[in-house]
Amino acid sequence: MSHATHRDYAGAKLGMWLFLFTEMLLFGGLFILYAVYLHRYPAEFAAAGHRLDLVLGTANTVILLTSSLLAALAVTAVQRDEGRVAFRALGGTILCAGLFLGIKYAEWSAKISHGIYPGSPDLAAGPPGESVFFGLYYLTTGLHGLHVLIGGVLLTVVARRVKGGRVHAGDYIWLENGALYWHLVDLVWIFIFPLYYLML
Amino acid sequence: MNRSERTGSAAGFWSDTEKGGIGAWLLSTDHKRIGLLYFWSVFGFFLVGVVLGLILRLELMAPGRTIMGPDAYNAFFTVHGVVMIFLFIIPGIPGAFGNMLMPIQIGARDVAFPRLNLLSWWLYATGAGVILLSLVTGGGPPDTGWTFYLPFSGRTATNVSLAVFGVFIVGFSSILTGINFVTTIHRLRAEGMIWGRLPLFVWSLYATAWVQILATPILGITLVLIIAERILGVGLFDPSRGGDPLMYQHLFWIYSHPAVYIMVLPAMGVVSEIIPVFARKPIFGYKMIAFSSLAIAAAGSLVWGHHMFTSGMSDTAVLVFSFLSFIVAIPSAIKVFNWISTLYRGSISLDPPMLFALSFILLFSIGGLTGLILGAAATDVHVHDTHFVVGHFHYVMFGGAGFAFFAAMHYWLPKFYGRMYARRPAVIAWGLMFVGFNILYFTMKVLGMKGMPRRYYDYLPEFATLNLVSTIGSWILALGLAVMLVNLFRGLWKGEPVTEANPWGGATLEWTIPTPPPTENFAEEPVVTHGPYDFRGAGIP
Ligand code: HEM
Ligand SMILES: [Cu+2]
Repeated sequence: MSHATHRDYAGAKLGMWLFLFTEMLLFGGLFILYAVYLHRYPAEFAAAGHRLDLVLGTANTVILLTSSLLAALAVTAVQRDEGRVAFRALGGTILCAGLFLGIKYAEWSAKISHGIYPGSPDLAAGPPGESVFFGLYYLTTGLHGLHVLIGGVLLTVVARRVKGGRVHAGDYIWLENGALYWHLVDLVWIFIFPLYYLML
Repeated sequence: MNRSERTGSAAGFWSDTEKGGIGAWLLSTDHKRIGLLYFWSVFGFFLVGVVLGLILRLELMAPGRTIMGPDAYNAFFTVHGVVMIFLFIIPGIPGAFGNMLMPIQIGARDVAFPRLNLLSWWLYATGAGVILLSLVTGGGPPDTGWTFYLPFSGRTATNVSLAVFGVFIVGFSSILTGINFVTTIHRLRAEGMIWGRLPLFVWSLYATAWVQILATPILGITLVLIIAERILGVGLFDPSRGGDPLMYQHLFWIYSHPAVYIMVLPAMGVVSEIIPVFARKPIFGYKMIAFSSLAIAAAGSLVWGHHMFTSGMSDTAVLVFSFLSFIVAIPSAIKVFNWISTLYRGSISLDPPMLFALSFILLFSIGGLTGLILGAAATDVHVHDTHFVVGHFHYVMFGGAGFAFFAAMHYWLPKFYGRMYARRPAVIAWGLMFVGFNILYFTMKVLGMKGMPRRYYDYLPEFATLNLVSTIGSWILALGLAVMLVNLFRGLWKGEPVTEANPWGGATLEWTIPTPPPTENFAEEPVVTHGPYDFRGAGIP
């Protein structure tokens, strides 16, 4: 039974896992579309994939992996009651989130200035498979970017709670669930990166 | 909604307010108050939808233009569908009666995440507001049908984006309710409330919650894609730009077929509660009913393609989806047989909840059997997109889930309001609705068989008589609804006070606590020692 004092950790984590599941399914819809259209336009997808910037994509992958590591470190630190370490580690994660979005912004603006964006005349002139590829690219990375932003905001809230001492070794469900969310953001990117930048 | 002075000391959760006034409701985290918030908002939208439906039927009363032109008709059936599906029948039973009862039935004080629960209602209310806003702003009400099929919905000048965004928000609310219910059922069962003693209503909500969690995100992404198509013109579903409209239909129905189980599973749960109580017998085949809920949820996720037999899928896909659709009929039939077996040699009392529950069985069976005609690819080609389909889904959604909603109202609301409606008008209302319903929708099935298409505001003269009959049926149904409504309102506000805990003689936990229930449900943590339909174990002769 839930009393005001008693916290149901397992319940809170179960709820978070279920929510993460729904997030995966949300992206799953886009991955299904990717699979179907890849099957239909293999050559165009390969050609279009080569036009993405591999260096920026790789940099973002490294950044996200680092940020995930930092988030995990923050959880361990809080478990050992090292609040300051946890706070700093979270700060690192949030910094990485900002960096990621900055790079994404640069990537998108470069593409857009080259006339590659949904519904652009350039894409309309090219083969249909290419415009489908870039349509999916913008939708998927856009949705992912939105999740990075939400994750960053969420972790900022958590960091404030760590700093204020409301998240501590005795009660760190906020941090744990925040970190879980961040790992999901990372995980989704780990799928996006090979599918769009590497595979073809 | 200040009732404390009327019900005196037994006012339960009605009178317990730290914060007074309307805020005590709109900001309450008590699952019973949230349940009632859901109940009245959902019921309000039902009435809106009914008025729209009656207007549609008026237009179809006679051939030719009767009261509106084709564009208005398109908007009316779209809004009617959107309101009925997304604002009434999907959130209906889980949001209203699930919230009110599920925690009590498992012996908990509240759901696992009470504040999230409140957020769910607020998201529902916000989404509903956005949908309403889409009717009066921009290019006017959407005219795509509730299915929002692309590429048309990407091009029409009406206010599709806003309506779709509203549906997206409502979907989010549905996901959160599902997460909350699964967590609650796993974590907060009272001592002795083993899985084998869960009331069947709780089992059905559990299965429903999984469908909400697993299917709704796909609807979410589909709706996002519609908005993206409209704003950015991506062309993912536009054949002229390399997209494939069939992919839209796949994504849409991957959600929307399972959504019919979000509508009907909780309704089956309600019926499984009511039948044994009014037949004074333990339910027959408890395990099979519980298991079949899960089986329906699982198998039902694989049959979405039966909406697309005529859309140009491959023949193999048509065959597979047709076969799978027949499989889902098995667990549904199991339930029907178990209810009938429960009734067999029971000492049946035909109180209003029971009348609605029994009509559920009949109407749902008719709807389900005609569903087989649609699930078989060969016959579906003949009746696809005709009024036969309209008849079929109204039998399932309205005759099924809708009547179960009414059954739940007559069964449980007195428990929460502490007052009883009058019995005779309730029976008369039921009779009018049952007769009106069948006149209204059975003729639609016949019309469809004869070839009258759906979503048309006009038709050939040879369909005139049956359409007139159908419209007359809609008035009888509406009259019945009005009687039911007035009776219920009067009853809940001024009816005979109910103070005994267990007026119907049920054996589930909600009947062991005072009427109306106190804020924290149980004075002390209950210990469960018998099953939900073990009337003797509960001390009921
Ligand atoms: C008095 C009650 C009702 C009446 C008179 C009514 C009547 C109608 C009519 C005439 C149509 C349009 C048929 C066509 O032109 O294709 C329709 C469509 C529809 N109705 Fe109802 N209905 C009622 C209640 C309900 C309920 C309770 C639900 C759901 C729970 C519902 C769900 C729908 C849906 C989903 C559509 C399809 C809209 C579309 O094609 O986009 N209706 N109804
Ligand atoms: Cu279906």
